[in-house]
Amino acid sequence: MGLEVLRAGLQSTVQDQGRFGYAHLGVSASGAADNFALRIGNMLVGNPKHFAGIEMTIIGDKYRFKSDAYIALTGSEFEAELDNKPIPFWQGWSIKKEQILDIHFTKTGARCYLCVTGGINVEDVMGAKTTHLTSGMGGVHGRILKKLDELNFGTLDDSIQPVQKLNDSITTDTKIIRVTKGIHWSWFNNNQKNKLFQHQYQVTDLSNRMGLRLIGNAINSKKESEIITVGIPLGAIQIPGDGQPIVSFVEHQTTGGYPIIANVISADLRKIGQLKPEDCFQFELIGFGAAEKLKVDQEIFLHSLHHD
Amino acid sequence: MELGHEISESTHKKIFTLITHLIHNPIQGVVNIHPGYTSMLFTLDKMANMDDTIQAVENSLDMVQNSEPPEANSVEVPVLYGGNYGKDIQRVVQFSGLSESEIIRRHQSGNYLVYFLGFSPGFPYIGGMDQDLTTPRLQTPRKRVPQGSVAIAGGQTGIYPFPSPGGWNLIGRTPLEIFNRSNPKNSLIQMGDRVQFKSISKDEFDQLMESNGT
Repeated sequence: MGLEVLRAGLQSTVQDQGRFGYAHLGVSASGAADNFALRIGNMLVGNPKHFAGIEMTIIGDKYRFKSDAYIALTGSEFEAELDNKPIPFWQGWSIKKEQILDIHFTKTGARCYLCVTGGINVEDVMGAKTTHLTSGMGGVHGRILKKLDELNFGTLDDSIQPVQKLNDSITTDTKIIRVTKGIHWSWFNNNQKNKLFQHQYQVTDLSNRMGLRLIGNAINSKKESEIITVGIPLGAIQIPGDGQPIVSFVEHQTTGGYPIIANVISADLRKIGQLKPEDCFQFELIGFGAAEKLKVDQEIFLHSLHHD
Repeated sequence: MELGHEISESTHKKIFTLITHLIHNPIQGVVNIHPGYTSMLFTLDKMANMDDTIQAVENSLDMVQNSEPPEANSVEVPVLYGGNYGKDIQRVVQFSGLSESEIIRRHQSGNYLVYFLGFSPGFPYIGGMDQDLTTPRLQTPRKRVPQGSVAIAGGQTGIYPFPSPGGWNLIGRTPLEIFNRSNPKNSLIQMGDRVQFKSISKDEFDQLMESNGT
C-alpha cells in the first residue's frame, strides 16, 4: 500500500504535528507549517491527529497510487486533478489503484496537504515522522521528496469514523497576523513599537520553514541589538541589527540573540504557514487573554468537526 | 524563567541541574525546554494549564536546590582557522586590534564550558573565551553557513553542526561531526562539557574529513 512520486513539487515533505522533547538538544519541533489543515485532513480520512501527511509548497507533486486508498486534500487550494479531472479539497475521496493524482500550482496560499487513511509511514526519528530540513532529520532521509520516491501507507489499528464533509469551507485570511507582546517589548520605545503595526510588511524570498524574513518599516531598539542568548519560541518576532523583523517558524532556532518584540498568537500560526514570498500583511497587537481565547476557540472548532 | 542576570558558571550549574532533573522527571504539559545562559524557556502543550505548570516547575527547582549536575566530559575539537574556512577572522582582527595569529593562539587557550545546546540541532554555546576576542554579530545574518564552522558572537564561541543561516563571525572550521542524528544523546558535544580547540593544518583537516566519510 503506497504511492510513487512521478514528479516532485517545489518543496514537498512528510509532516506530522511535530517532534517534541528535544529542544534542549537544539532540535525544534518542526511539524506541519499549517498544522490546522493537516489535522482536518487526518479527520477527513479517519486518522488520529498525530498521523503524517505530505506537505506541498506552492507547486505540488504528481503521484501514482500503487493501491486503493482514501485521501483528502486540505490547506490552500492548489490546481489538482485525479486522472485529468478536478478533485475537490476539504473532503474524503476514494482512489483506485493506478490512478494518477496531479497537483500543480497554488491558487491561493503557500501550502497544501495530502492525507491518506493509515497515514504516510516513514521511520520514526526521535519519536516523530516530521521532516526537519535544516538538520536533515525525519521524513524521507531528512529531505524533500523527489521523483521516483515511493512512500508507504500505514495501517489503522482501530477504525475511526472519518468526518464526512465540512459544513463550511475553510479559508485562511493572511492579511492580518495577530501578536502579543514579546519578552523584549520594553527594549523598544513607543515610536518604534508603533512602526511594527502602522504599515504592511512583505514576505521576502529569504523565507522558509525555519523563518520568514520581512521587509518594511525598520525598527530600532533602545539598547544594543544583541541580548544574552535566550530560548526562542515558535512565532517569535525578532528584530536583528538591520531592523527588519524575522518571524521564527516551525523549524526555528531553539535559542537566539536578537530581541523578541512580539510573538504571533497560536491561533494565527497556521496563517504564517500559508504566507508566500511577496505576500503583504499587517501585524495587530492583542492581549494575552484574547490570544488564549482564540487558541481555545480553534481547538473547540476542531473537536466540533467530529460531532457534526 | 530567569535563573540569573549575567552569564556565569554558577547560573549555568543551576540550569544544567534543573534540566537534567526535568529530562528524567518530566512535567505534564511541558513539551519542550529551551535552556539559555541565564534563563529557560518552557513550551507548553496547547491545552496545558499555565498556573499549574509554573507551580510544577517551581517545585522541581526547590527539589534540586542542593543537587549537583552530572560530571563534565572533556572534548578536543580540531579547527582549521582563517582563510576560506574562517571568512570573518578579519572582522575579529578589526574589533580586537590583535593579529590573526594572536587571535588563533588566544582562541585555543580559553577555559571553555558548553553552557547549553541551542540555535540548531547540537549547536554548542561555549563560554570562557578570551574577552579580547569579543566581536558583535553580523548586521545581516548569512543565508548559509557551512557545516562545522567555528564562530564568535559577542564574547561567546560556537560550532555550526549543520549548514544553516547564521549571524556569527566565522573564524575556522572543524572536520568533526558535532551532532549524531541517529542518536542525539550520544553527540560529540553535550551541555556541561569542557571543550579544548586545537589548530590543525589543511592536510590534517582533509585527512579527518576523509576518515569521517563526509
